[in-house]
Amino acid sequence: MKNLKILSLLFILTIAFSSCSNDDDSTPEPINEEEVITTVTVTLTPETGATVILTSQDLDGDGPNAPIIDVEGALQAGMSYSGSIVLENETETPAELINEEIEEEADEHQFFYQIGGGLDATVTYDDNEDDYLDNDNTNPVGLEFSLVAGTASSGQFTVTLRHEPNKDAEGVSDGDITNAGGESDITQTFDLEIE
Amino acid sequence: MLMLFLGIQLQAQQCNYSISGVVRDFHDGDALVNSTLSVNGYDIYTLSDFDGKYKLEGLCVGTYIITITHPECEVAEFTIEVNKNITRDFKLEHHTEELNAVTVKGENANKGSVSSVSTTLYSEILEQYSNANLGDALREIPGVSSLNTGSTVVKPVIQGLHSSRVLIINNGTRMEDQEWGVEHAPNLDLNSASNITVIKGASALKYGGDAVGGVIVTDPPKAPIKDTLYGKTILSGASNGRGLGLTSNLMKAYKNGFYIQGQGTTKYAGDLKSPDYVLSNTGLRENDFSIGFGLNKFTYGFDAYYSFYDSEIGILRASHIGNVSDLVRAINSGEPNYIEDFTYDINAPKQDVQHHLAKLSFFKRFENAGKLSVDYSFQQNNRKEFDIRRGDDRDKPSLDLKLITHSLGTNFLYDAESNFKANLGVQASYQENYPNPSTGIRRLIPDYEMYTLGAYATADYDVTDALRVDAGFRYDFRKIDAQKYYLNSSWEERGYEDEYGDLVVQRLETQLLVNPVFDYHNFSGTVGARYTFKPNWNVKMNLSTASRAPNPAELFSDGLHHSAAIIELGDLRLNQEQSYKASIELNGQAGGFTFGLNPFYNRINDFIIMEPNGLQYTTRGAFPVYEYGQVDARLYGIDVQVVYAFSENFNIQSAFAYVNGQDLDRDRPLIEMPAPNVTTTFGFIKPEWNNLTLSLRNQSVMKQSRYPNNDFEVTYINDSNQEVTETVEVSKPPSAYSLFHFSSSLDFEVFKQSTLTVGLFVDNMLNTAYRDYLNRQRYFADDLGRNFRIQIKLNY
Repeated sequence: MKNLKILSLLFILTIAFSSCSNDDDSTPEPINEEEVITTVTVTLTPETGATVILTSQDLDGDGPNAPIIDVEGALQAGMSYSGSIVLENETETPAELINEEIEEEADEHQFFYQIGGGLDATVTYDDNEDDYLDNDNTNPVGLEFSLVAGTASSGQFTVTLRHEPNKDAEGVSDGDITNAGGESDITQTFDLEIE
Repeated sequence: MLMLFLGIQLQAQQCNYSISGVVRDFHDGDALVNSTLSVNGYDIYTLSDFDGKYKLEGLCVGTYIITITHPECEVAEFTIEVNKNITRDFKLEHHTEELNAVTVKGENANKGSVSSVSTTLYSEILEQYSNANLGDALREIPGVSSLNTGSTVVKPVIQGLHSSRVLIINNGTRMEDQEWGVEHAPNLDLNSASNITVIKGASALKYGGDAVGGVIVTDPPKAPIKDTLYGKTILSGASNGRGLGLTSNLMKAYKNGFYIQGQGTTKYAGDLKSPDYVLSNTGLRENDFSIGFGLNKFTYGFDAYYSFYDSEIGILRASHIGNVSDLVRAINSGEPNYIEDFTYDINAPKQDVQHHLAKLSFFKRFENAGKLSVDYSFQQNNRKEFDIRRGDDRDKPSLDLKLITHSLGTNFLYDAESNFKANLGVQASYQENYPNPSTGIRRLIPDYEMYTLGAYATADYDVTDALRVDAGFRYDFRKIDAQKYYLNSSWEERGYEDEYGDLVVQRLETQLLVNPVFDYHNFSGTVGARYTFKPNWNVKMNLSTASRAPNPAELFSDGLHHSAAIIELGDLRLNQEQSYKASIELNGQAGGFTFGLNPFYNRINDFIIMEPNGLQYTTRGAFPVYEYGQVDARLYGIDVQVVYAFSENFNIQSAFAYVNGQDLDRDRPLIEMPAPNVTTTFGFIKPEWNNLTLSLRNQSVMKQSRYPNNDFEVTYINDSNQEVTETVEVSKPPSAYSLFHFSSSLDFEVFKQSTLTVGLFVDNMLNTAYRDYLNRQRYFADDLGRNFRIQIKLNY
């Protein structure tokens, strides 16, 4: 009798536990990653002349395929360009614009534009947190910037987006990445030419 | 007066009847010598002789109660009606304490086998670690080290092996807590155990056939069979992390064998500190409890047990990096890139883990046969890992897994003969993993169902009093049925289409769904002997083979492991690994000198390893790719322990461990082998002075000189805007280090029958900055600095 009671308790508990599990045999749903940045587009618009467009597109996100990098046009020596950057997730249809999230969290993000390898150009920020957040903070974000092309040369133009950088560290608000810390959300290098 | 009268009345009758027979041990049927048999209410008693025989004489017609006592047994009473000369045999059960002692020695049927190399830690040692982790406590055992992520995620390593290769048996149940991950610590509270045994190697077949590294067995407190209520409470405080811990347990037991017990632990700590800086975001919260009740009769009994483990663990903020150039910066800078003031807050990155374990077990003893036990257990493990995320996903975990396991096991222990014991058993389990898709991140571990069925037979035999031999065999079947999405690009890149194209269930635009169903048949076995050549000198020799099927991470991982900033690639083609291990243990004692030597050799075919294999590029930059593969490997090494007691008060203890691991295919060292290490403790104990104990311990860890060179080159734009190509030095082990630790304790008698123990400890007394090869955060920050701890224990 006692054994019977114990066995029935065991049985009830088994049922109770089995019914707790909430998933059934149905097929799991696919996940399209929302945070992935597949596409980076930098548009450099000169005061006069042809616009230069830099794109980096990696449709498989963290998959094995490397990003396809494309530079459309060359910079004109001595020209000032107004620059803007657009980040998109093209794994979704329609593509999701990541810029909105960056704007909402402008205080936690900063773009860095590094010029290297002999390219004669300078970059300055054209926006600050207050433009997006009304927080009276003038630390730069970098969604908008200016680029001044110097003499004819060629080299690398590197775009980095840091998440949670130390914006108050020395040089960071001037665009120097050295003390920025944080972690890289995008890093892409484009080969540019000034003609 | 009435009694006296009745007595006289009875005396007046014909009183020449007798009861005779044999008193035996219920357990093995052995005759019990010197049992005292007395007739309640009369001055009639006798002792059983060498053959267990007894005779009670001078009884009248009537009903008597006979009490039998034996030094090693429970007092028993039997009621007997006498109307002629009666022959009656009695069977006595051992004291429960006696059974406990047998269990605790862990030498025979309960843990491993006769020839297993094993060590047990008892509550005196475990209590010192009440505010720490299982892995911390187990490092007390020579040959056991730990693989850490910071200092709060601690995984035990047995003779160089860890994770899926080390089984953890919590109260008789195999823990299913996603042990495959290197940053997944065992989800159990050390304070729920009264003792913990580590079996080095695969000889404990009863627990599983895949213990290539070994088995860790935790036992809950055993209830005594008497009316009692007792408990203990330990309050701990630590300066480093400004943490507090409280653990308490209570046991209520009855003479009829029933007991109920409960235990709870809570821990709360903030950011830890290395000697030179705060380790930001390394706080900890933990809340655990367990309850159990049951009935322990000698011939039957049951136990019901439930435990809950809940922890929230902060992961060093500076170890969360974006891509490989962030890693290069971290390695080159030598100090964390994120250091804030101390706080108790825990932010992302962090882990949030719960583990439920519910268990029911029954046993019944059969005379002249043995003990049959049946266990059912249910486990649910929920693991959430939070990374630093953006936008709406900010508060969502990036990994959210729920692992449910049901298991049913039965064991028959044959112990009717004192020189031969055998265990036969069957175990079955069903497991289901559910990765929650709401993370918005592709699943690192897929949905799967797993079925296992195992059967084993083990036996040990006393050839002579000095020589015992044992052998065992086990077969395990494992079927895994997974539903996994691959990116089309990775499916092609891995070359799976040709081999596994028929497993594809659905092809979507960028992904495809695959339904791999894999079966594994595993064989394991052990044979060994123990020879005691004189008291306190014995040698054990054991040969074992274990077979481990690849775990879900090894098979299916595919994609970015956010918390590690690496791309992990599993391989569907992996097959099981098979180890062949030989170990010898020699223990001896002469005068005040005690020693133990344990050399071993472990050959593992198709050893599954994960190694860097190039870089993969994304818009976020480059990531190192770590791929699972298989090689033939061998490990050998030795664990040594020596103790010398100068006097009753002073002793010195030293332990040394060495492991040498080699990849035989490529003829190079294996990765992540513990560096040679020596621990030396000077102890002083003076029982007359409130049981004063003082000890000074030196822990020296050498630099690991044997490591594979997995360094790789990466080209990136550095902070000075230069394109540079640098070697990422992920392989190089940190320097040797030597730490000093102090501990002391005093006992005080308080209230009635209560003892208060006050302990003071100083870890890393000299505040030495160091990094350990087996700590995954060694690239980012130094290990813990000085820590003052105080512990107050009350036994009541």
